[in-house]
Amino acid sequence: MRCLHRLGLKKMNQSSGSAGPARARPRFRNIEIGQILQYRLPPAGIVSILHRLSGALLFLLGLPLVLYLFQNSLGSQASFESYKAFVASPLAKLVLLALIWAYLHHFCAGVRYLLLDLHVGTEKDSARKSALAAIAVSLALTAIFALKLFGAF
Amino acid sequence: MTTKRIVVGAHYGLLDWIAQRITAVVLAVYTVVLGISLLVMPEFSQEAWRGLFGATFMRVLTLLAFLALCWHAWIGVRDIYMDYIKPTAIRLTLQVLTIVLLVGYVIWAINTLWSI
Repeated sequence: MRCLHRLGLKKMNQSSGSAGPARARPRFRNIEIGQILQYRLPPAGIVSILHRLSGALLFLLGLPLVLYLFQNSLGSQASFESYKAFVASPLAKLVLLALIWAYLHHFCAGVRYLLLDLHVGTEKDSARKSALAAIAVSLALTAIFALKLFGAF
Repeated sequence: MTTKRIVVGAHYGLLDWIAQRITAVVLAVYTVVLGISLLVMPEFSQEAWRGLFGATFMRVLTLLAFLALCWHAWIGVRDIYMDYIKPTAIRLTLQVLTIVLLVGYVIWAINTLWSI
């Protein structure tokens, strides 16, 4: 049984048509946390895991922070001043920028998923391009927000 | 039985799936509305900011969007728990904490919006 299985694998590798000797495919069994760094995800996979990460970040940090800032910004003169002082600090700006990226990535990836649900762009090539576009557009918009936040314009 | 399942029926598991997408559309539309409102604002001042959210229309729209946000967050966070947290007791505890937190956020948002 075992020999047949190996023969089958060898045959499959040879018939794949690529030049050179077939390289042994990495096998992942009993996946450990350290192996995550070795994963080579396609663009759609990167968009997917970042969609989850950005969503978690927005829930854990974004919601309470934005509600706090929202309350201060809409309150009395004194609370508005404390809001302005808070967002003026460089550390707060970095945190806000991370949240802005998370929101923009979640937004762009979300629009992509809604379109995929409507069977728009489900072919391999266009799905790959839209995944790259989601990453690129959210990063470009984040860069514009960064320039605004740090006073370039 | 499976052939009779419809989107508007109850407890087929489809409600969460469709709710996640509808709340996403609501949030996307609100994001664009808010973005345009900020872009046409001459300068960011306390008066202009309070004026924007002081209008009843904007208060209602913002609260609707926030309710959509909390529903959306609940489904997303629950999906994360379902993928990574296997023991029932821990998962249930986290789910209860999440719901309590989100309901608290809604009350906080209502309080903020209606005390302008």
